[in-house]
Amino acid sequence: MSKFKVNKTYAEINARIRSGEAVVVTAEEMIDIVRSDGPVEAARRVDVVTTGTFSTMCSSGAFFNFGQTTPTIKAAKAWINKVPAYAGLAAIDIYLGVTEPTEDDPLNKIYPGEFRYGGGHVIEDLLRGKKVFLEAKAYPTDCYANKKCKKEITLAEMGHALLCNPRNGYQNYNCAVNLSDKTVYTYMGALKPHCRSANYCSAGELSPLLNDPYYRTIGLGTRIFLGGGIGYVTWHGTQHNPQLPRSENGTPRRAAGTMMVQGDLKQMSADWLRGVSIQGYGCSMAVGIGVPIPILDEEMALFTGVSDEDIFTQVVDYGHDYTNRVDRNYGEVSYAQLRSGEIEVAGKTVPATPLSSRVKALEIAEILKQWILDGKFELGEPVAHFPTVDYSLDIKE
Amino acid sequence: MYTRIYFLRFPKETCDKPIIYFLVTRFDVEFNILKADILPQREGIMIIELKGSRENVQESLSYLKDLGVKVERLAGKIWRDESKCFQCGACTGICPVGALSLHRPDMAVIFTPDKCTGCGLCVTICPVRAMEVSFDEIVEDALV
Repeated sequence: MSKFKVNKTYAEINARIRSGEAVVVTAEEMIDIVRSDGPVEAARRVDVVTTGTFSTMCSSGAFFNFGQTTPTIKAAKAWINKVPAYAGLAAIDIYLGVTEPTEDDPLNKIYPGEFRYGGGHVIEDLLRGKKVFLEAKAYPTDCYANKKCKKEITLAEMGHALLCNPRNGYQNYNCAVNLSDKTVYTYMGALKPHCRSANYCSAGELSPLLNDPYYRTIGLGTRIFLGGGIGYVTWHGTQHNPQLPRSENGTPRRAAGTMMVQGDLKQMSADWLRGVSIQGYGCSMAVGIGVPIPILDEEMALFTGVSDEDIFTQVVDYGHDYTNRVDRNYGEVSYAQLRSGEIEVAGKTVPATPLSSRVKALEIAEILKQWILDGKFELGEPVAHFPTVDYSLDIKE
Repeated sequence: MYTRIYFLRFPKETCDKPIIYFLVTRFDVEFNILKADILPQREGIMIIELKGSRENVQESLSYLKDLGVKVERLAGKIWRDESKCFQCGACTGICPVGALSLHRPDMAVIFTPDKCTGCGLCVTICPVRAMEVSFDEIVEDALV
């Protein structure tokens, strides 16, 4: 006997998608629906809520199989456009990480460094159809006699190209300030001294994992919008940690869950995978991800009805605390406060700046919604779930 | 009051003349020099904000042009590559004059060239290098 009044299965929702009857709304639209109709009625009406996020996501990269040479080669070291890739896999399999800069990058020798080109830029160039320059070095064997290889190659010419991001889509993230007396250049951007700026990076109410706080529907096998194409959630991401303080609505108040995602790079687009350069920090890649959330019951309706007023994060000092692993915060703020452009930290008003694109996040949620409405995209039912925590939720109608 | 920011390019013959002093005394305009790079016997550049009645500002510009000073609106020297910008908002925190700002509640990043003072802080803070500031004629010519 189910504890819920509304009970839908993935199969039922997918049947409705196929017959063109599914009701699909974005996470932004769902807020008002749940507010006005209550979670039970919202669950009856809505089948799928689409989420979206577009921001710099380190811990991303791609596997390439670059095609054999004659004579054959077992690459030991490899570079694409002078960006080192990891070649210790097999003969011609390599992994290119997005935070890897070109080998001759001046890094932070001229501080703060610019980090103009790295692995993320290579991926973007490949998606734009550009030729990239691939170099490999090897020691010869009887079966792989070649010692080196240099060639220009396009994405279409790669035998295999798999986007494989071990940690994406952080469920919430710190709001960064700098209490030191000099500007710091961090992965959270440049932060002015004496707490004169605060940077934050989350799609908030649009963010996938904040709409499914206990990972009921996002798990291994969830089909997603990834980099403009179709991808899958393939594991919980590295550093996934469900055991952190949460609000009554289930959303974590710290950086908690993460997703590992994969998909065929060849069907993705440079509009949704962009190489980025973060001043003084390094290279990375902005990744577009959209996850559809099935409204199986009123609890999922309630979860997806969450709004920025009800999602909180902690304010962390990146001038000293973060680097020295001091576990301390300077209060908590809601995403509604952050989006207003001003927060209060220790009694002082601080301007707040976003690093995650809300415009693009919403665009992704809209694209995914349209894919589902067009019957082009069905939901994947997770075959295994992320580590989570026990919870109880009081659902008022 | 009429306020505009201009980019001036001084020919090398003018570098020993107190031109800005004449602007103030003859045309009663307020000025704020935002950037100046003037070397003896070399061409110089200046970013200057002029404030006054529309007539006085226009007359001072004519005066400058008569002296051979090349005058351009600064707004024309700064642009955003719309195909690169993905509206993250990082630049809005660093822009000291609000030329890059967020439109609420949709959080679209708005660029208002008229407010820009040409400091260039946004150029390196932008993760995809969508902002371009060019005071270099050669670069500008190459773009045309």
